Amino acid sequence: MKENKGMTLIVKTVIKFLAPIVILFGIYMILHGHLTPGGGFPGGVVIASAFVLLTLAYGKEVAEKKMKRSLASLLESTGALFFLILAVLGIFVGGWFFSNFLPKGEPLKLLSAGFIPLANIAIGLKVGGGIFAVFLALVIFRVAGEGGKEQK
Amino acid sequence: MKNPHIVEVGFIGPLSKAGFINETSREKKMFELYSLVILMILGSLVAIHTKYLLSAVISLTLVGLILCVVFLYLQAPDTAITQTIVEVIALVILIRAVPIKKDTMGIKGAKETFSAIVTTIFLVLFAFFAYKALLDLPQFGFPLMRVSEDYVREGLAKTGSANIVTAVLLDFRAYDTLGEATVLFTAILGAIVVLRKVGRK
Repeated sequence: MKENKGMTLIVKTVIKFLAPIVILFGIYMILHGHLTPGGGFPGGVVIASAFVLLTLAYGKEVAEKKMKRSLASLLESTGALFFLILAVLGIFVGGWFFSNFLPKGEPLKLLSAGFIPLANIAIGLKVGGGIFAVFLALVIFRVAGEGGKEQK
Repeated sequence: MKNPHIVEVGFIGPLSKAGFINETSREKKMFELYSLVILMILGSLVAIHTKYLLSAVISLTLVGLILCVVFLYLQAPDTAITQTIVEVIALVILIRAVPIKKDTMGIKGAKETFSAIVTTIFLVLFAFFAYKALLDLPQFGFPLMRVSEDYVREGLAKTGSANIVTAVLLDFRAYDTLGEATVLFTAILGAIVVLRKVGRK
C-alpha cells in the first residue's frame, strides 16, 4: 500500500538523486545573488521546486515528513520578518530606512555588498517557504475535495 | 552614429557594445523580437479560444517561455531566470494541484454579438490612445536616461554589488522589493486561509 503511493520506481530513483542537486543550486543562486544573475526570488523558487518534485514523486506524506506545511509557513514569516528587521536596523545604524549599514567589502567577493546577501537570504526563505506552503495547501485541498479518493 | 548615453563602466561596457548599439545588428534583433512577440500573441489567442482547459494552460506556459527568450534577447538574464522558474512552477501547480475537469463553455446567441461589438469598440479606443501615448516614449533600445545612468555609473561603488540588478532591487529600490514581498506574503496568507481544513465544516 505504501509502495504504491506516488509515481513509478524510475521517477523516484531519479528524483532521489536530483532533489539534493536542485536544492544545492537554489542555495548557490541565493548566496551568489549579488555576483551572478539570480538572487533571492528565483533561488527560493528553485528550492521550493525541489520539494514540489518530492511531493509529486513520493506523494505528499513523504514530502510532508521532510518539510511540514507549518514549517514552510514559519520559514516564510521568518524571512519576511528578517527582511523588515534589516530595513529597520538601517534606521538606527545607518540613518535611514534600508540604509546599507554593513561594510561594502571588496567587489566580486562572496562577502561583499553590505547587507545585500543577508536580504537575499531573507527573500529566498520567504519565497521558497511561501510557494511550497501554497503548493501543499492546494494539493491537500484537492485531495479533500475529491472525497478522500485515492489519487493515481 | 554614436549614442552619447551609453556609459562604459567595468564589465557593463562590453555587454552594451555587443547589444543594441550597432545599428545593423539592432534592426536584425528588432525583427527577431517582433517575430517572438507575434508568436506570444498567437499563443495567447490559442489559450483563449481552445475548448480544453489543459491546452489553454499549456499554451499560456508557452507564452511565458517565449517571454524568457525575449528577455534573453534584451540581455536581462536575471529576469529570464525568474521568468523560467516561475513559469514552470506555475505550470506544475496549475496542472497538478488545481482540478481540471470542467471544460469551458462558449457564449452563444445575442450575447455573443453584443460582446463582440463591445470588444471591438474597446480595442479601437485602446489602440488609438496607446498610439498617442507611445509616440512620447524614448526610442527602443536606448533606455539609459538620467536616473539609470547614475545607477550604472555609481552602482558598483555605492553598493559593492557586482550584479547591478541586485544592487537596484535590494539597495536603490529596496522599498519596491519590500512592497513586492508584502504583496506575495498577503497572497500566500490569503491562499492558505481560504484552502484551510481546520475550522471548516
